[in-house]
Amino acid sequence: MRRVVITGAGTVNALGRDVPATLAAMRGGVCGIGPLDIRDVDRLAIRIGAQVRDYDESAHFNRQQIALFDRYTQFAVLAAREALAQSGLEVSGDLAARAGVILGTSGGGLNTQDENYRAVYEEGKNRVHPFVVPKLMNNAAAAHLSMEYDLRGPSFTVATACASSNHAIGQAFQFVRAGLADVMVTGGSEAMLCFGGVKAWEGLRVMSRDTCRPFCATRSGMVQGEGAGIFVLESYDHARRRGADILAEVAGMAMTSDAADIVMPSRQGAERAMSGALRDARLNPEDIGYINAHGTGTAANDKTESAAVAHVFGTHADRLAMSSTKSMHGHCIGATGAIELLACIMALRDGVIAPTANWQEPDPECALDIVPNVARDAKVTAVLSNAFAFGGMNAVLALKSV
Amino acid sequence: MTTDTRTRIHQIIAEQAMIDVSDVSDDAVPADLGIDSMGVVEAIFAIEEAFDIQVPFNANAPDKTAFDLSSVGSIVAAVERLVAEQRG
Repeated sequence: MRRVVITGAGTVNALGRDVPATLAAMRGGVCGIGPLDIRDVDRLAIRIGAQVRDYDESAHFNRQQIALFDRYTQFAVLAAREALAQSGLEVSGDLAARAGVILGTSGGGLNTQDENYRAVYEEGKNRVHPFVVPKLMNNAAAAHLSMEYDLRGPSFTVATACASSNHAIGQAFQFVRAGLADVMVTGGSEAMLCFGGVKAWEGLRVMSRDTCRPFCATRSGMVQGEGAGIFVLESYDHARRRGADILAEVAGMAMTSDAADIVMPSRQGAERAMSGALRDARLNPEDIGYINAHGTGTAANDKTESAAVAHVFGTHADRLAMSSTKSMHGHCIGATGAIELLACIMALRDGVIAPTANWQEPDPECALDIVPNVARDAKVTAVLSNAFAFGGMNAVLALKSV
Repeated sequence: MTTDTRTRIHQIIAEQAMIDVSDVSDDAVPADLGIDSMGVVEAIFAIEEAFDIQVPFNANAPDKTAFDLSSVGSIVAAVERLVAEQRG
């Protein structure tokens, strides 16, 4: 089996419009959560989110592109530009057929759906724009990346709610590792901060009205975010041959299903995903210096995840650092694992562990080193990134420094 | 008013628990009737719809809410209070 490395990273999220700005914000413990600036916000009970603010689509895309690119596609395209540029890859010829794209998303073109439902149901219009379907479809973002970068191999979209990105990245990793492709563009994108997207979450009664405080005794729930994280994965040999700068190695991954409850997480499912990723990566628990937690800031997740980590890592659980960067960029649902992977790369490459922001007081049921509020320097050579989705679908990635 | 409120809440709880309404009493505890955390959220939604009120409830801290869910009777009392407050 081939080794797989990351040679490019790109992002758009509430913390920054690119990777350097995002990592600087994470280092500074900056919280990107604020008042939502969306239509009909006054009819929402939840009025906060980690929004990509002051975003002007016409600054990045022309009229024809905007007619086809939902906000979630736009985020993916912008993040991919950064990732491909960093990788230095020019995909063409024979390589094109050996390159593909797998993205995660949960809502796909939800803004497009919301706007057009509004037009036909609320405003009584009987005609919608001809491109509504290709704009809202969940594979639109992956399709546009395939077209933009001439990726002619396997391309598709994965939807596993809050674990979509990790499932997508894990799948892309396996494609390269197994030799089905030499280069895979992967990650996730989400733009759910519209009236319908927030209203639906509101109904579940798990959303915070103040801010996101993972692993904190005073937590009050999750806060939605939006954005994209896109990565270039390629085989180690391919990257070395062309002299690429390697950001990190994807060492292993595991996917598990709780097969139990549609929303309540299971400790066993989370444990099997973490221990499976360690096994797949041939890492021992003691090798892991940092875990980017799923850490949603809900009581159900934070307690279960803490217990699962304590059980998998035993005494080493007290020595590793675990933080939830959702406290800063919000829960970006189908894009969240991809954005969180940036914190993992920062730990491996820069030796900086992103904090859990907004933290106030310890929760005895989350008694781990959750790196409260302030980033920390640490030498880390292997990390895990957790994603535990509604539906009990879990995906954990294991990364190593190269 | 009290009788109507109580009857309607008993109906909502019975429907949520998938039991006969005659098996719901004021001293019953929702969990004992088989209503789990998702069921509580759904029942609160039904109550909000039925009485046109807003019920303060965060599923992350069900014990910290001012809305007393400890028994069917406490729910009836809490709804009566909210109706009085919110409908004037």
